[in-house]
Amino acid sequence: METTNIMIVGVGGQGSLLASKLLGHLFLNEGYDVKVSEVHGMSQRGGSVVTYVRFGDKVYSPIIDKGEADYIVSFELLEAARWLPWLKKGGRIVTNTQTIDPMPVITGAAEYPENLVEKMKALGVEVDAMDCLALAEAAGSVKAVNIVLLGRLSHYFSIPEERWIASLTANVPAKLLDINKKAFQSGKGEN
Amino acid sequence: MKELMLGNKAVARGLYEAGVCFISSYPGTPSTEVTEEAVKFDDIYCEWAPNEKVALESAFGASLAGRRAFAAQKHVGLNVAADPLYTMSYTGVNAGLVICVADDAGMHSSQNEQDSRHHAIASKVPMLEPSDSAEAYEFAKLAFSLSEEYDTPVLLKMCTRVSHSQSLVETGERTVPEKAYEKDIAKYVMMPGNAKKRHPIVEERTKKLKEYAETAMVNRVEMGGTEIGIITASTSYQYVKEVFGDSVSILKLGMSFPMPEKLIRDFAAKVDRLYVVEELDPVIEDHVRSLGLKVQGKELLPLVDEFSQNLIRKAFGKEVSEGPAVSDPIPARPPVMCAGCPHRGLFYSLKKNNCTVLGDIGCYTLGAVPPLGAIEMTLCMGASIGAVHGFNKILGSKSEKKTVAVIGDSTFMHSGMTGLANVAYNQSNSTVIILDNSITGMTGHQQNPTTGLNIKGDPAGRVDLTALCKAMGIERVRVVDPYDLAACDQALKEELAAEEPSVIISRRPCALLKQVKHNAPLFVDTDKCIGCKSCMKIGCPAISMKEKKAKVDETLCVGCNVCSQLCPKDAFTSTGKEA
Repeated sequence: METTNIMIVGVGGQGSLLASKLLGHLFLNEGYDVKVSEVHGMSQRGGSVVTYVRFGDKVYSPIIDKGEADYIVSFELLEAARWLPWLKKGGRIVTNTQTIDPMPVITGAAEYPENLVEKMKALGVEVDAMDCLALAEAAGSVKAVNIVLLGRLSHYFSIPEERWIASLTANVPAKLLDINKKAFQSGKGEN
Repeated sequence: MKELMLGNKAVARGLYEAGVCFISSYPGTPSTEVTEEAVKFDDIYCEWAPNEKVALESAFGASLAGRRAFAAQKHVGLNVAADPLYTMSYTGVNAGLVICVADDAGMHSSQNEQDSRHHAIASKVPMLEPSDSAEAYEFAKLAFSLSEEYDTPVLLKMCTRVSHSQSLVETGERTVPEKAYEKDIAKYVMMPGNAKKRHPIVEERTKKLKEYAETAMVNRVEMGGTEIGIITASTSYQYVKEVFGDSVSILKLGMSFPMPEKLIRDFAAKVDRLYVVEELDPVIEDHVRSLGLKVQGKELLPLVDEFSQNLIRKAFGKEVSEGPAVSDPIPARPPVMCAGCPHRGLFYSLKKNNCTVLGDIGCYTLGAVPPLGAIEMTLCMGASIGAVHGFNKILGSKSEKKTVAVIGDSTFMHSGMTGLANVAYNQSNSTVIILDNSITGMTGHQQNPTTGLNIKGDPAGRVDLTALCKAMGIERVRVVDPYDLAACDQALKEELAAEEPSVIISRRPCALLKQVKHNAPLFVDTDKCIGCKSCMKIGCPAISMKEKKAKVDETLCVGCNVCSQLCPKDAFTSTGKEA
């Protein structure tokens, strides 16, 4: 099987590490070779962060390059647009519609672009955009945005739902499992 | 069972199985998690040392005592530890001694992208270079065998993409080899008479290691046709495989010093065109050229930044198809000081007083970015204090009244202390600000000698910064709370005006520490807010302007109240919500 490439992008501190951990666990259990590449150190302080998850029969490079991503899972809208050139032709964006102003926008040195979802769609890109923050809050915790996104991502894989739930169970604290299961379902159910 | 493991964790697993008993390190991205993972094994004694030199010297002592020992650091950390390293090459070891160095091509979190392989060559210490987690694990174990067999410390070179990528590792059991300590003055006392006798032993050892390199399992040939041959190492190997698969022949070098000769000649003879693909400096390429072989490397590939599969595709004339892009400019999202960061208030005062700030290495380096823009120099660990001394000695009264050094608590213990000793000794009229946030912040919260806790978070000895500075001969030492802007302002003015060296300790724990209690988030009374943007001067990520009024992001705000001290209309109010 050819390698599948998933990028998880967002703002440092948003919790993308759990998402990549869960995906790594899932694909490993499905019997694939897996590589996950993370960012540590200075880039975590509120900067733009990216995690690469790759799986297939044999994975070499730990990173995903421009034009290679099958999926870009984004925690924040501007970050989806920033990493768009990394998307493969026919690839799909799964994004939270939440916006977080970066410092140049806060200081007035730059503007946050408007209507990014429509602009990405106008380029012929498949975009799943949803208010994951609201869905996570409804599920019981604003911190479950990552699981809402994964719920949505699960749509596009033939891996049975119980396998996703098994990886979820293995990677979140037991007391938060119900909230995260709800978050997963609400992400999955949204169209 | 195969496990998905971070490269750094795989090293730690290898150390455990190799029977390592002692680890001393100083944190530094991307090396930090090696030690953080190792401490999870109860059978290994682990500690954070004040700096890399002390760490390596301690590991050497443990090796001398007869137990396998280890020290980890980032590339620039090895510069600090270079002094003991170069002479340890002469003494050799008793029990195995392995030194991990993690390079950062691409400078994800570093001040330069130096190539650590030069240290191996210059110190004549063998270096192994894994390309993924499985190799990181295997090479860590192999390094100890080589260390004892060849009586040498061994360098294990990681890089960001190997350290911080997870891939599959199959693990084994731990065995602990033990050696007895025996007095051996001729081997371990490096005074000229003895060192003269040890140097030829080092040269002889390198010859033997070269022979080992000819047939070592870590140097392997993967034949895939005779047209193109690529010599590569580390993460570059993975990019080469990603692009070419099995369609080219590859000589993968797992040992970057010493390198084999015959193996390379034989490989070169089997292919029509020979290339070297390596990040940063042409270390392999120069070696191949020195053998009189025709090779291409840095004519095609850059000397700077990390590689990727597309970079290699382009260099070899292959097609690259990039994805689409929206036409709007995408604003950059640089890292920023966190909401509630205790450094922010102090930096605001520095900016307000138009200070010349000579900086250091840590989160507070972010004081250099807009809107604070308050730092004018950052070089290496501890340099702020050395630099402020020299700066003031030259400019005298022109700089003494407005120039300061800023340095974190951990960085001060690492190598700022000696700079302060120089200020006290040679009496420059310098003001040093120690930003004491009670933790090593940037690398992800490691304890240090000032925190009173050890690597496991258990109670430990504690260095009292005030007493220390006074003992060094600095008479004027005072503590301020950086959340109190008026107090910062006053301390700064008074200490800059003083006609003698002084230290200001800006003390408040990092807002991200779990034990730090946050206040209720603030909100802006839009009736009071006049949109003057005074609060925007501190560059807090929780404050933005919405419809010409300041707005606080309640999910980020920790209620530090620094913004409210700048508001002329008292528009900031506590939400009273539980933090």
